[in-house]
Amino acid sequence: MYIYDQFDRQIINERVAQFRDQTERYLAGEITDEQFLPLRLQNGLYIQRLAPMLRICIPYGTLNATQLRKLAEISRKYDKGYAHFSTRQNIQLNWPKLEEVPDILADLATVEMHANQTSGNCIRNFTADQFSGVAQDEVEDARPWCEILRQWSTFHPEFAFLPRKFKIAICGSKRDRAAVAFHDIGLEIIKDAQGETAFKVFVGGGLGRTPVIGSLIHDSLPKEHVISYLDAILRVYNQLGRRDNKYKARIKILVKAMGAEAFKQKVEEEWQAIKDGPMTLTQDAIDHAFSFFQPPAYEQVDAAGAQSALDDKRLAEPRFAAWLSHNVVAHKQPGYAAVNVSLKETGVAPGDITAEQMEAVADLAEEFGFGELRSTHEQNLVLPDVRKSDLFALWQKLDALRLASPVIGTLNDMICCPGGDYCALANAKSIPVAEAIQRRFDDLDYLYDLGEIELNISGCMNACGHHHIGHIGILGVDKKGQEFYQVSLGGSQSNDAAIGKILGPSFAQDEVPEVISKLLETYVANRTEEERFLDTYRRIGIEPFKERVYA
Amino acid sequence: MPDRIIKDGAVVDDSWQVIRELEGDLPAGKIIVPAQHWLENKDALQARGDVAVWLASDQSPKLLGDDIKSFELIAVDFPAFADGRGFSYGRELRERGFSGELRAIGGFMRDQLAYLTRCGFNSFALENADLDKAVASLKDFSVHYQVSIDNPQPIFRARQG
Repeated sequence: MYIYDQFDRQIINERVAQFRDQTERYLAGEITDEQFLPLRLQNGLYIQRLAPMLRICIPYGTLNATQLRKLAEISRKYDKGYAHFSTRQNIQLNWPKLEEVPDILADLATVEMHANQTSGNCIRNFTADQFSGVAQDEVEDARPWCEILRQWSTFHPEFAFLPRKFKIAICGSKRDRAAVAFHDIGLEIIKDAQGETAFKVFVGGGLGRTPVIGSLIHDSLPKEHVISYLDAILRVYNQLGRRDNKYKARIKILVKAMGAEAFKQKVEEEWQAIKDGPMTLTQDAIDHAFSFFQPPAYEQVDAAGAQSALDDKRLAEPRFAAWLSHNVVAHKQPGYAAVNVSLKETGVAPGDITAEQMEAVADLAEEFGFGELRSTHEQNLVLPDVRKSDLFALWQKLDALRLASPVIGTLNDMICCPGGDYCALANAKSIPVAEAIQRRFDDLDYLYDLGEIELNISGCMNACGHHHIGHIGILGVDKKGQEFYQVSLGGSQSNDAAIGKILGPSFAQDEVPEVISKLLETYVANRTEEERFLDTYRRIGIEPFKERVYA
Repeated sequence: MPDRIIKDGAVVDDSWQVIRELEGDLPAGKIIVPAQHWLENKDALQARGDVAVWLASDQSPKLLGDDIKSFELIAVDFPAFADGRGFSYGRELRERGFSGELRAIGGFMRDQLAYLTRCGFNSFALENADLDKAVASLKDFSVHYQVSIDNPQPIFRARQG
């Protein structure tokens, strides 16, 4: 992974000093609440329902064991000994004290971490496929590109007071695991006709109140121009994006209002002025970025032998077999696998992790890998480089830590925002809904029979739980002061990007598990052998589901 | 309009007067008029001398065309600190060759001075602030990742140097 040099260290230390001074001036009454708001947000600090919330950046979901141990230490020292992984691969502390945040940032800086631009109307953390570098279907590793663009976007002086927040995702694999169509900018790495790396550029996608699938505005952007082209997009957005209404301020509204073609034209105009200037990437700069993401020292292993030993264990231990089938992912290196560390144990808020678990997982990352981890937008962790011969031993340890719930990719691997239990914006709670569904569907055989289903829950229309793009989406709504839940069907975050359709009138909290049950029964009654829930829905439409649920 | 401003890193006296409301005759002395007013009264104002213009937050520097090079001073108004359009305008004025005094006016705040400087501003009519303390914020960062008006080489080129 990327390692800081003197420049990065100096910049981050200067940032900590800057925010320490700003916090002191705020506490001394020299900065108003209104002025302090963007300053604290761009350092990750929200003021929430019960306490401040600090969102710490995990750049494109990549972290190491040392960093995870530091997060554990920080969560104990400044918080209640646990933290929460978000749907943008970041990690959140729910109970820090405002006056201690500069100290937290200083502690983070010692392990090359920060909370820069994790909130506010600026360019946020880049997100990427959690299997970058190890995926079998990879075109090119997205992480070096994320790092190049992380540096471009960090403290960009022109784009710190945009009309609204700005999220960018990069996908380097054939299967889109980064939801590039649902970001302000989505980059898909391709190889052009000459075999050179290039990018498809999507702009104006997003969730929130107005879900939109992004428009393709460049189908093969040469790699050396990626910074200048993104700079040009931001130049257009910063000047023309709406600022009169925060609900119409995202770039998706601008792109819709102008039309994708006219928007593209404006970007071209801006781009021509800077295209071949100093922003043009040099091959040395690209090589430098890639040098940090070279394959680790994999061992040559007897892949066939490891596989047959695994198969023996699989037969002997059905719980291991279930985990192996669902939580373990194929790896491009023979004899290795990538392992999902499930943060979806029933009874624990999805994405939550304790300090003890963080420390234990950090140890496992060193014992069963090269000390590296990934966080996923499905709110799990990944150990990216596990020898197949170690899988059984790893499973035993994860199982003892309650981090081996074998539900990855199933209904119970739901994405869920913190909701009304923590978040000041929420209309309704989301964690108890997730738990009620997990309890209702605790029969693994039934869960596996249902196959791949993405269930996403948001506590309000800001859509942090990505409800629009769940195969089943649940949205908390406020109905005359009561918490209700609207259900949608047919969303997809993948290459076949789609926005879910609303089923009908909303439901009370205690009705939700029964509604989900009826949806699943409808699927089971109508599916063909090969069909996933989403496929059946696409074939038969929403009506049969509606009839069953509202009968 | 404060009579003291921050300019080129120091607190200095200032005699420019920003004309926001156009009622009656223009006052004597150095004045900064709305860009629209200047466009409509170019000849008279040029004859008068001691005139600069200010751009509102919805007025791109493109409005002034090549005339920008003739000004001693151009100001950019920030109706609120959260309105970041002026950052792009500053950068664009410099990129289009304006080399005079580039002044931020209006509702921007001390903690934006460093970024404003990087976008090409060199003078700041900062309101409701202790200017002698505020100058410290000009120097929040000594290293920058990306190209900006005050940093022609991005860090990836510096690393190779």
